[in-house]
Amino acid sequence: MAGSRPLGHGVVTSLPIVALGTRPAGRVARSGRVWLRLEGNGVGSVTATVAPSTTPNVILWFRTFRAITASGFRRYSTYRQAAVAGIVTNVVFGFLRCYVLLAVAGGAGAAAGYDRRQLATFVWVGQGLLTVILLWGWTELADRIRTGDITGDLLRPVNPVTAYLATDLGRAGYAALARLVPPALVGPLFFDVYVPTRWSTLPLAVGAVTAAVVLCFACRYLVNATAYWLTDVRGPLILWTLGSGVLAGLYFPLRFLPEAVYVPLWIATPFPSLLQTPLDVLVERDPLPVQVALVAVQLGWAVLLLAACRLVQRRAERRLVVQGG
Amino acid sequence: MADRPGGTLAAYRALLGAQARSQTAYRVSFVVDLVGNVGATVFDVLTVLVLFGVTRELGGFTLRETLVMVGLSACAFATADLLVGNIERIPRYVRTGTLDAVLLRPLGALPQLLLMDLPLRKVSRALFGLAVWVVAVASADVDWTPGRALLVVVAPLAGVVFFGSIFVAAATVSFFWIESGELANSLTYGGRDFTSYPVTVYGGWFRGLFAYGLGFAFVSYHPALALLGRADPLGLPAWVGWAAPGVALVAAAAAALAWRFGIRHYRSTGS
Repeated sequence: MAGSRPLGHGVVTSLPIVALGTRPAGRVARSGRVWLRLEGNGVGSVTATVAPSTTPNVILWFRTFRAITASGFRRYSTYRQAAVAGIVTNVVFGFLRCYVLLAVAGGAGAAAGYDRRQLATFVWVGQGLLTVILLWGWTELADRIRTGDITGDLLRPVNPVTAYLATDLGRAGYAALARLVPPALVGPLFFDVYVPTRWSTLPLAVGAVTAAVVLCFACRYLVNATAYWLTDVRGPLILWTLGSGVLAGLYFPLRFLPEAVYVPLWIATPFPSLLQTPLDVLVERDPLPVQVALVAVQLGWAVLLLAACRLVQRRAERRLVVQGG
Repeated sequence: MADRPGGTLAAYRALLGAQARSQTAYRVSFVVDLVGNVGATVFDVLTVLVLFGVTRELGGFTLRETLVMVGLSACAFATADLLVGNIERIPRYVRTGTLDAVLLRPLGALPQLLLMDLPLRKVSRALFGLAVWVVAVASADVDWTPGRALLVVVAPLAGVVFFGSIFVAAATVSFFWIESGELANSLTYGGRDFTSYPVTVYGGWFRGLFAYGLGFAFVSYHPALALLGRADPLGLPAWVGWAAPGVALVAAAAAALAWRFGIRHYRSTGS
């Protein structure tokens, strides 16, 4: 019986029956003659009577992940009118922020190591990136926890973190086409913008944007997951909305702050990795080694927070009481 | 109910009371909300301070002069946002059909919509906005005259009316374009950002459109010039600073027309 316990109140399983009679591998609980698995087992197929294969099926995993990603892309590409309205809004804010930052650069023509063209690129690409990483406005997980719909996710043989990440990558792919390109094209029509000169910048920037998407997803997932404990997430959500906007570098480039402030901020919090890093990499604010280091910090945060998501999800499933009927 | 004015008032009071109770039900969340809402305006002011850490003047204005505009903008926007800001939820009401229910009740549609969701948590932000305005004026070396003393009171009120009109006018777009989503934000929050800086910062047709086409220059820039006794670098005469209430009334009239036109052309989504 080592490693298992009888099923009782409060023991919540994320998967249905995996075996009758014989004890399957992994962490399990027992209810009479029925064995239940206590956690999700990643992506794979599960049946009620056959214990899942102990060797991970990588090809199946990738196929499932790709299918969820593609459905995320399709799902978000249906809101076309909202996308047009959003682009107009991004462009208006692009004008507002760009004029203000250019006024800061003023007669000297530079501010905090950015010249006028770099500032223009920073603002206009930033307005597009904002929706690619989706800094604000994602409450899907919290809503599903509050309404009880989360049970549907827990019954699927895919870890919820994996499934939501796949959907989010699909969404980000659509946003990169529909929301990043338009402001990046409108900006240069009205302002002198900076175009990267080093060949290494482009792959680094693509990597930095991808890492930012994953990292931002992990942050949003953690904020939403507080609903498992709090039910009403307005509080954590507003703190996130506030903190992320300023600390990610949306309102002003973080290098406008004293070095003693922004360096610890960059390393000790995930926020600058969300926007400031991809944008700084793109406008070549730093030499190549610093660019690489910035992306490395970003990757570190992304891995760390994704692991935190898995951990939080597992803890939450232990105590989840599903709301509603 | 229409023949008893007290009855109508009681109905509105009941709506407001229900809102207050439901919003304070989750106490911790409500407190965090109160704090968070101050935070939004705090960061707006902080952003201006950070920008002035990098440069000594912005569009030809010093930090103290700019803070008068920031204070005026923050105070006016936060109060308007408290009173009518939640009208920005109307796209959702139209989409989900809640507006049908609102129109069926024997009360005005606009007051109902405002009271259905009066965001009490935004009180903190309005108070902070007022505090910024008071501090900014006190530290700005104003050469006091009776006219300017009046302007200190009238300018924020005119700003509240102006931003309120913008909120309502922008929301009417969703009667015609249901999926307009965040489009209204570009005028409301965009207007707040625009009025936080001297108009001289902006250039070209963009300045023309926002400052004089939509009238945002009269919210903070011109009243601030009048208070500070500065001539307009763009060449408009000094009395323009006192035009703020007039512009606000014109905006309110336009918003009222837009709202009436919009609600007459409202067609339910049938959902």
